[in-house]
Amino acid sequence: MNQTELIPHLFRTEYRKIVSVLCKLFGIEHIEIAEDIVSDTFLLASELWGLKGLPENPTAWLYIVAKNKTRDYLNRNSLFAKKISKEINRHSATSEEIDIDLSIKNINDSQLAMIFVVCHPCNPAEAQIGLALNLLCGFGADEIATAFLTNKAVIYKRLQRAKEKLRTEKIEIEQPTLAEIDDRLSTVLMVLYLLFNEGYYSPNQDVTLRKDICLEAMRLTYLLIENEQTNKPFPNALLSLMCFQSSRFDARLNQNGETILYQEQDTSLWNQELIAKGEYFLNQASQGDKISKYHLEAGIAYWHTIQADTKEKWEYILQLYNQLLLIDYSPIAALNRTYALAKANGKKEAITEAEKIKLTDNHLYHSLLGELYTDFDNTKAISHLQDALALAKSTADKMHISNKILECRQKQL
Amino acid sequence: MKDFLLVYRTDYNTMPQGASPEQMQASVKRWMDWIGGIAAQNKLTDRGNRLIPSGKVVKADNVIADGPYTEIKECIVGYSIVKTTSIEEAAELAKGCPILAVGGNVEVREINAFI
Repeated sequence: MNQTELIPHLFRTEYRKIVSVLCKLFGIEHIEIAEDIVSDTFLLASELWGLKGLPENPTAWLYIVAKNKTRDYLNRNSLFAKKISKEINRHSATSEEIDIDLSIKNINDSQLAMIFVVCHPCNPAEAQIGLALNLLCGFGADEIATAFLTNKAVIYKRLQRAKEKLRTEKIEIEQPTLAEIDDRLSTVLMVLYLLFNEGYYSPNQDVTLRKDICLEAMRLTYLLIENEQTNKPFPNALLSLMCFQSSRFDARLNQNGETILYQEQDTSLWNQELIAKGEYFLNQASQGDKISKYHLEAGIAYWHTIQADTKEKWEYILQLYNQLLLIDYSPIAALNRTYALAKANGKKEAITEAEKIKLTDNHLYHSLLGELYTDFDNTKAISHLQDALALAKSTADKMHISNKILECRQKQL
Repeated sequence: MKDFLLVYRTDYNTMPQGASPEQMQASVKRWMDWIGGIAAQNKLTDRGNRLIPSGKVVKADNVIADGPYTEIKECIVGYSIVKTTSIEEAAELAKGCPILAVGGNVEVREINAFI
């Protein structure tokens, strides 16, 4: 990796680590100071490395400079130094004695603690995802803006507001106590789940960026699993789901970042290693006595890694969707459940059930009915597909629906 | 949207005795497909519970009796709560209930949220 690639790479991997450690040291109310120190460190790196060439160990260099900058800052701002030294360590009187611990263990502990801060329910979900990308994944405002298909100013404002909220609410950077861990963990898992979906289902065409977001969501979930206190069935189920889903990442997108339908995917591109990992974490997840939506979705994703189109497979998928809908309704689950119903119980029953769902302003609803009516009543199929075409937004969706209409028309001849 | 209680009643004696695992699984599937269909319409508030046959009946004079007598024709075997705009719509949902296939019935009652 040359210097022009190395700095953005290190920014992505190291920025968040040093920020987490400093935040934990300073407290969340001083998050700006932590971010400024780390930004300065990277600025210095890009200046000096350009002039003098790369240091032998760039990461170690960054850590040393960040430590020195932190000490300098504390020396220059003795009031602040006293305040935090009192808060963090009653025994150390001077800033020199404050230990800036950038060991792997403290980095991991700090990041884990930061996950709970970033995913604090005082901020709305959208802001939590933005913060997670920024503070936990090292994404800049412009990258986040690209991912959310909005402009940099909007994201910048959103991040500032969210950080301000953490400050005013005085959220402690610490692992939650055992008593509250399940509650806090469920918000964290929800944010990581949404973060992953942001990468997986985003209409954005930047495939590399989307993949990065998915990988980051998996890395953070894995951080929970590595920690004894948070290595519980729900995080394992979520990671299992992420492994199964991402096993199809390369098969489900074409070069233009457009979705390739499951039935049309090149299955040789499915990542068997990730499928095996998904199975491993699903086994780990099944050790509890409670079942989460992540378990059910992981189960559904597991059955989708099996290629054979058997009735048995669809019966399992149908029952998993039935259970999923009982604990967490969503229109997409309702539609997918109806598709599974057609595969397991036959089209006739599925059509009756589909018509009860009445999600008439959703193009996927009409696509589903179009699919179900095909070969059953092609006139009705075409009529639904035309409704779907009128409601669909993406070019890929429109093209796909138009092809379906053509197929149905040919069947009518 | 209002909540409606669906009460499933049937005669325990007409229920198939000694069902095979396959029959039991088929019965579970019928219930899950039916309740899943209500959930897919976003009209399920609470899937509720099935009840086991034996119980106690407590009366005013502190007499606790065994019961309700499962030999009576209409015994409560379970309940669910659905949400719809009208009782007619709730009754429509009850039409597919698997209890009907074994000679039972579904009582639909609006839940009074203000008491």
